[in-house]
Amino acid sequence: MNLANTEPRTVISLQNVDKYFGEFHALKKINLTVAKGERIVICGPSGSGKSTLIRCINRLEQHNSGNIIVDGHELTDQVKDIDAVRREVGMVFQNFNLFPHLTIVENLMLAPRLVRKTARDEARKHAMKLLERVRIPEQADKYPSQLSGGQQQRVAIARALCMNPAIMLFDEPTSALDPEMINEVLEVMTDLAKEGMTMICVTHEMGFARSVADTVVFMDAGEIVERNTPEEFFNNPQQQRTQTFLKQILSH
Amino acid sequence: MNFDFSLIISSIPQLLEGLGLTLQLWFISGILGLLLAIALMLMRISGKWFLYAPAMIYIYIFRGTPILVQLFIIYHGLPQVEFIRESFLWVVLREPFGCGILALTLNTGAYVSEILRGGVNGVPKGLGEAGAALGLSKVQRFIYITTPLAVRLAIPAYSNDVISLMKSTALVSTITLLDMMGIARIIVSETYAPYEIFISLMIIYLVITWGTQKAFALFERRMSRHIIQ
Repeated sequence: MNLANTEPRTVISLQNVDKYFGEFHALKKINLTVAKGERIVICGPSGSGKSTLIRCINRLEQHNSGNIIVDGHELTDQVKDIDAVRREVGMVFQNFNLFPHLTIVENLMLAPRLVRKTARDEARKHAMKLLERVRIPEQADKYPSQLSGGQQQRVAIARALCMNPAIMLFDEPTSALDPEMINEVLEVMTDLAKEGMTMICVTHEMGFARSVADTVVFMDAGEIVERNTPEEFFNNPQQQRTQTFLKQILSH
Repeated sequence: MNFDFSLIISSIPQLLEGLGLTLQLWFISGILGLLLAIALMLMRISGKWFLYAPAMIYIYIFRGTPILVQLFIIYHGLPQVEFIRESFLWVVLREPFGCGILALTLNTGAYVSEILRGGVNGVPKGLGEAGAALGLSKVQRFIYITTPLAVRLAIPAYSNDVISLMKSTALVSTITLLDMMGIARIIVSETYAPYEIFISLMIIYLVITWGTQKAFALFERRMSRHIIQ
């Protein structure tokens, strides 16, 4: 038996990553590895560095020291490497960030057309397929402002998928949504997880973390405090800070 | 005072003989000024001091002084400089028309660049990030995401400046050009009827302004079709 093949491949690795915003030490010596197909949920109080961490992975933020390697590309100032990583990594934002001047299907077609030079018809066909996957094909020719928040976020997920990324980053994807719309977005994310997508998700949806995540990471004050399977994390948290946090968010 | 209503109507055809020159000054300096404004705006947002510092100084000078003073310096002052008389600039500057175009262009360029910068800054930062996350280059993000949204945001302020430029063209009458204002001044000196003549002139300018407002309203509506109430 060849052990090397059964060993999950590391697709993201952060080593001793530090990030400062001016004087503020946002990330402190972060070490994290993500295997192919792994689903990681990052939680923690606001200001703990969760968003900054995943934004460093596709270099929307630049780390100050340490190494970040994504799918074999080290993130440096080299534009070529940054572009290569961004093609492999899709991102979903808290505020959807759909392009308001483009229709839904145009939102999905823009990057394939510009970056991959895909032909118009082909890009549209692929876009429609993704819109079906997020169960929203009938909205294709509307503008984002005509859609509900939940629908917009599903479009944003489809848009991130249109470049066929190997990894998906979610930055609090349900935090800006009305409660009744949260489930429709989580369902789409759960589907993605079932299909084997590598996912890193910053969220406060603990139900989602419990049912979907392989690993839960708890951050506080720029540090990774605890990293565990969902069962261990929720039932048997090791650190004092984790216990306090869980008590606060699960108490009601 | 005798007020002659018929003179208001009868002087309009004469005044309209200057319309062509007014429109030329307006359109040519409007287009050149817009190009200058785009260049200045890009310099301003470049983040490189050797680009934004000159642009800021330029904008400060041309927004901070009366356009009439700028026009006089260009028309009366520059021709006294020998190397300008000997350079290719002289082709433009020896004609009052060239001086008028130059003054109006330089002035409107300074204002419009700030209007465009306001538009660009008004585009939510997250949209650029979304574009970056999809792998779009900086230039692609600027052309396909920032520009269409910035244009929409800039239209109301820009239409103001276009109308203001149209009215500023009247200043060229002070450097011997016979635009509508220049012709009005000649008629006034012949008829001694300043009220009637200048009221006719106002009517013509108001009609042009009305058309301009309508055109920009249409443009704004077209650029706003994604904003659904």
